[in-house]
Amino acid sequence: MSDYNFAYLDEQTKRMIRRAILKGLAVPGYQVPFASREMPMPYGWGTGGVQVTAACLTPDDTVKVIDQGADDTTNAVSIRKFFEKTAGVATTTSTAAADLIQTRHRIPEEPLREDQILVYQVPIPEPLRFLEPRETETRKMHSLEEYGLMHVKLYEDIARHGHIATSYAYPVMVEDRYVMDPSPIPKFDNPKLESAAIQLFGAGREQRIYALPPHTRVVSLDFDDHPFDPSRADHPCALCGAEGSYLDEVITDDRGGRMFVCSDTDFCETRRDAAKDEVAA
Amino acid sequence: MTPLLSVRNLSKSYGAQLGCNAVSFDLFPGEVMGIVGESGSGKSTLLNCIAGHIAQDRGQVVYDTRADGPRDTVTMPEPERRMLGRTDWAFVHQNPRDGLRMNVSAGGNVGERLMAVGARNYGDIRDTAQDWLGRVEIAAGRIDDRPSTFSGGMQQRLQIARNLVTAPRLVFMDEPTGGLDVSVQARLLDMLRELVREMGLSVILVTHDLAVVRLLAHRLMVMKSGEVVETGLTDQVLDDPQHAYTQLLVSSVLHV
Amino acid sequence: MIEIENLCKSFILHNQGGTEIPVMAGASLRVEPGECVALTGQSGAGKSTLMRMIYGNYLAGGGAIRIAGVDVATAAPREILELRRTTLGHVSQFLRVVPRVPTLNVVAEPLLAVGEPRERAMARAAELLTRLRIPEHLWGLSPTTFSGGEQQRVNIARGFAFAYPALLLDEPTASLDAQNRDTVLTLIEEAKARGAAIIGIFHDIGARDRVADREVDVTAFTPGLAA
Repeated sequence: MSDYNFAYLDEQTKRMIRRAILKGLAVPGYQVPFASREMPMPYGWGTGGVQVTAACLTPDDTVKVIDQGADDTTNAVSIRKFFEKTAGVATTTSTAAADLIQTRHRIPEEPLREDQILVYQVPIPEPLRFLEPRETETRKMHSLEEYGLMHVKLYEDIARHGHIATSYAYPVMVEDRYVMDPSPIPKFDNPKLESAAIQLFGAGREQRIYALPPHTRVVSLDFDDHPFDPSRADHPCALCGAEGSYLDEVITDDRGGRMFVCSDTDFCETRRDAAKDEVAA
Repeated sequence: MTPLLSVRNLSKSYGAQLGCNAVSFDLFPGEVMGIVGESGSGKSTLLNCIAGHIAQDRGQVVYDTRADGPRDTVTMPEPERRMLGRTDWAFVHQNPRDGLRMNVSAGGNVGERLMAVGARNYGDIRDTAQDWLGRVEIAAGRIDDRPSTFSGGMQQRLQIARNLVTAPRLVFMDEPTGGLDVSVQARLLDMLRELVREMGLSVILVTHDLAVVRLLAHRLMVMKSGEVVETGLTDQVLDDPQHAYTQLLVSSVLHV
Repeated sequence: MIEIENLCKSFILHNQGGTEIPVMAGASLRVEPGECVALTGQSGAGKSTLMRMIYGNYLAGGGAIRIAGVDVATAAPREILELRRTTLGHVSQFLRVVPRVPTLNVVAEPLLAVGEPRERAMARAAELLTRLRIPEHLWGLSPTTFSGGEQQRVNIARGFAFAYPALLLDEPTASLDAQNRDTVLTLIEEAKARGAAIIGIFHDIGARDRVADREVDVTAFTPGLAA
């Protein structure tokens, strides 16, 4: 273990990243440039999130890593192993037991606490990129709060599909100031962006960090006559029976059999364990 | 009467190359001023300096704002200037591709300026867009089509609708009929004239086409090598040009 | 109404060795409301040049052209445009319009420009086109496709649509048949009766005798031709 500096990155780099994080927390929703390092994993595998996590970890922390809600997917497993090996920290799959949760594409169903940090892996931090490819121009638009374009994207959705069809990476307005891409989480999770935990967003390839301090106001963009709708599943979870959770479709055979189960595996398991205990009691 | 726009001693050079030199003029509400001259005469540089697209070296561009009266837009804070640019001002580019979002539907293109100033009711935005498409003679059924599926003339009309939807008072036009077929040009000119009168627009129109200025412009400014060599009433400048360069320009036009 | 004093003009051809051609000197003329003055003189004497200067189409070289308090010789373009919109009408020999605009709109345009309600403007245009015998089925078409005589009549209808206090007429009866010629002369008489000050060029001597109160020979103002 002593072959690595704690949490892989050298201390100067971690300090640089912490400064970016602090600036991000001071200006919620603002994309802070940072000198992203080469990590021992390809871009797109969470290099931004890993660097943010590395800069936040202390030896006593317990880390949880989720990918699409699950703790047992390749990406989650390898990042968890990475920190076990380079930082020697404890890991967990339990949302409640974790001090720091690194995530890709989901926010845990269970509300987070003030002593927790949620780190997002971000592929494209710029919400305006879709319509304005020039970085110089999008920066200016952010600094001058020129966000009409964001609504053009939503307008196009309604014009084409009859409703706002953007279902993930749904743009939000942070504290009435910055429009922010919440990373490719389902819009179902958008209401959970108003949280007691610190939320940090790291984009490795794009070299940007942004943040939401606890209890920041985060509003999903919409039209008066087409209000934001986080959408709910039509089914309860086939395993735990939860009705308000985000579901994955699981194909069970090659004859069209399928079931809908919670995408948040820890949430689902905790509920099932509780149900078992109840039956046992 | 207060001029809507007062340009004073506007100069711009590109290194040793002169863009435009010490240009001054007043533009009054409802006036259409043509700027003519050959390629490289500085007319586009002047237009872009006034519109704030490129930074001038010297001079003032005083605009009579709705809220605070005459203000120098050169020294005005950038957010205010950009706000002017998408509300009270409009810019019609020669190439519609420069003025349109090609990957956004016609309705979205027209609606953008409305959303930029805070419109948040989809139904209202769409109704306004529909109305404007009608005014520029684009069939209602095309509202959800992208401009890339439109003809050149339609694209140019869409660009005009997109610009005029916020009822601007000052419109900059850079060769608005360039690159269009003659028959399409006539239709566009007629439409522009109608809109100018109905909306009481003030227009600065840059073109090298003297027939276009004769039909659209009230008065003319003739530029050569970055300098204004002659100004006056459009038909007077064209029919009784005083400066050697204007005489050459007018006599060089081929008549059919 | 129209007062011209010591007007002069020369053309300088910069691209032909800077040749200076003096075309007018010391032109003076007064036209009262309700009066029609015919300009005479041989071809090239400067009748059209004088008309164009009065309209502001040619730049005066010196002197004054006062119409309703505006000196056309020195006025700013927008003052001249305002004068043309509200005070000074002009019937030229050539029709210059945007292709595609229907004839009825072409004729109604001067009325719309002074803020006349659309319906009234269209009604007046229709009335004039009827009097000038432009068949109704042509009203919706652009006059650019019309014959010379038809274009001339559209031009006249447009010139008389609004009751300008001052009018310039350049060969208003040229290329017209007897009936239409008579209509145009009647229009001129009506304009005089309502108090318009008119300056005209009439090669048609019968027409000149019928409407003009006096004649002014511009040869007297032509350098080199003046006796």
